[in-house]
Amino acid sequence: MTSIGTGYDLSNSVFSPDGRNFQVEYAVKAVENGGTAVGIRCKDGVVLAVEKIITSKLLKPGANKRIATVDRHVGIVSAGLVPDGRHFVSRARDEASSWRGVYKGPIPTSALANRLGGYVQAYTLYSSVRPFGTTAIVAGWDSEAELAVDGQVGTGPSSGSGGKVEGAKGGGPGLYMIEPSGLYWVSSTSASASSPIYHPNPTILPGGYYGAATGKGRQAAKAELEKLDLSSGNLSLADGVKEAARIIYVAHEDSKDKEFELEMSWISSVDGPTKGRHEEVPKELREEAEKAAKRALEGEDEEEEEKMEE
Amino acid sequence: MVAPHGVTGMLGEDGIHVDMQHLKSGEVNLGTSIMAINFKDGVILGADSRTTTGAYIANRVTDKLTQVHDTIWCCRSGSAADTQAVADIVSYHLNMYGVTNNEAPSTQVAASLFQELCYENKDALSAGIIIAGYDPRHGGQVYSIPLGGSLHKQSFAIGGSGSTYIYGYTDAHWREQMTEQEGIDFVRSALQEAIKWDGSSGGVIRLVVLTKKGAVRHLYLPDNGYTGPGVTN
Repeated sequence: MTSIGTGYDLSNSVFSPDGRNFQVEYAVKAVENGGTAVGIRCKDGVVLAVEKIITSKLLKPGANKRIATVDRHVGIVSAGLVPDGRHFVSRARDEASSWRGVYKGPIPTSALANRLGGYVQAYTLYSSVRPFGTTAIVAGWDSEAELAVDGQVGTGPSSGSGGKVEGAKGGGPGLYMIEPSGLYWVSSTSASASSPIYHPNPTILPGGYYGAATGKGRQAAKAELEKLDLSSGNLSLADGVKEAARIIYVAHEDSKDKEFELEMSWISSVDGPTKGRHEEVPKELREEAEKAAKRALEGEDEEEEEKMEE
Repeated sequence: MVAPHGVTGMLGEDGIHVDMQHLKSGEVNLGTSIMAINFKDGVILGADSRTTTGAYIANRVTDKLTQVHDTIWCCRSGSAADTQAVADIVSYHLNMYGVTNNEAPSTQVAASLFQELCYENKDALSAGIIIAGYDPRHGGQVYSIPLGGSLHKQSFAIGGSGSTYIYGYTDAHWREQMTEQEGIDFVRSALQEAIKWDGSSGGVIRLVVLTKKGAVRHLYLPDNGYTGPGVTN
């Protein structure tokens, strides 16, 4: 062979002898160059935030959004190749819409993540395509309210349905991250197909990650996320917004020479500020969070200076 | 008069009224009395057991209460073949849903699957279906899908040819939050009345009670005035 290298990286779906798929690994490299994106799952909502690097001063501020709404209750942010991210979002919208067509209701976030994981994985299999150069964070809130079937007439008994089990709630926040290989992580649910008749507490444990980070500053972001003790389920959505902004600013420290815009979205519970919908974080709230983030960073710098003086 | 292509049923002499109950010659009909109700702890489904081909009773002990998931059942009326096929398809999809989503499907999911099939194929189907299901989160729910494929969530639903005789009875006697025994007595007496007046309904009365304890079947025979034997499983 006249080419350089081993030749095992020239086509999709080809393993190297030590069991690696180079095309997928190169796709991961594309992600590692992208602006940092984080997701935080809070007790009463989910936050998405992304560091959007300004590539040109001629671009209108606030234009070219990187966080997309997929369905009323789901948002996606991705790091890596922007066009790949847009295609991914387009597929996610198709999946969400097709679910509504069949089941006459919103797609559970876990089901959407599952379908998207399958879609991305298929792009590692064929020589006619290349893997996605993106890692996407999928955030959603599955309604804890009782949902009607779209188009149904009537509501049943005025005293409500009989036989509901006390504390048998459903829904809640979901946060998933889908990598170029198609990999994504889910947490187990207490309900299962094998024992579906009666669960003392069939609350669907919120799925996926407590906190997710990808892109260039992911290591710094993950370190910050781990400090938040998210698994205890105490962080409120309002605090989550502040933390997400701060983490993006912390993650940006290593590429300070580049200007960036902070983009943030959130999904609250049904009785929270967004009423279960995925929305952009209001400008005032975002600016407040950014101010706090900058203050926190300056504070850190001062502390370091003080230490130097000792 | 021959109906134009794509129209089910026969146009009457006035050219306006369509007999939606029209069946192909020799087709088995569930000239039926079916119902489902909400009560305090869940839902109860009930049905007679008569299947006819014209005047001939093809089956006097038919089971018109069909399970499509653990605690989601339906009452079938109209063409036996059509409703069996629809129930089979829904059953398949609900089982797939349970496996792929690692979570039992809700009654809403079952209702939307039934509706999609009944609405999209309305020209080819003669099916009136009542869906009743229980799950711990939503409790018991009753949905009715009449001939056109619309979906109605109801406190209780009645269907089939025999139901016309018990609109007044059920409306007068159904109450919110009945106990299990009150619910059973209500369904049994309503169906007994429907069977009495409707020539296409008859045989035994079958019930299914759906609560957090699961599904329990009941059987009531005409020999003793539909008083027993009751629970059979």
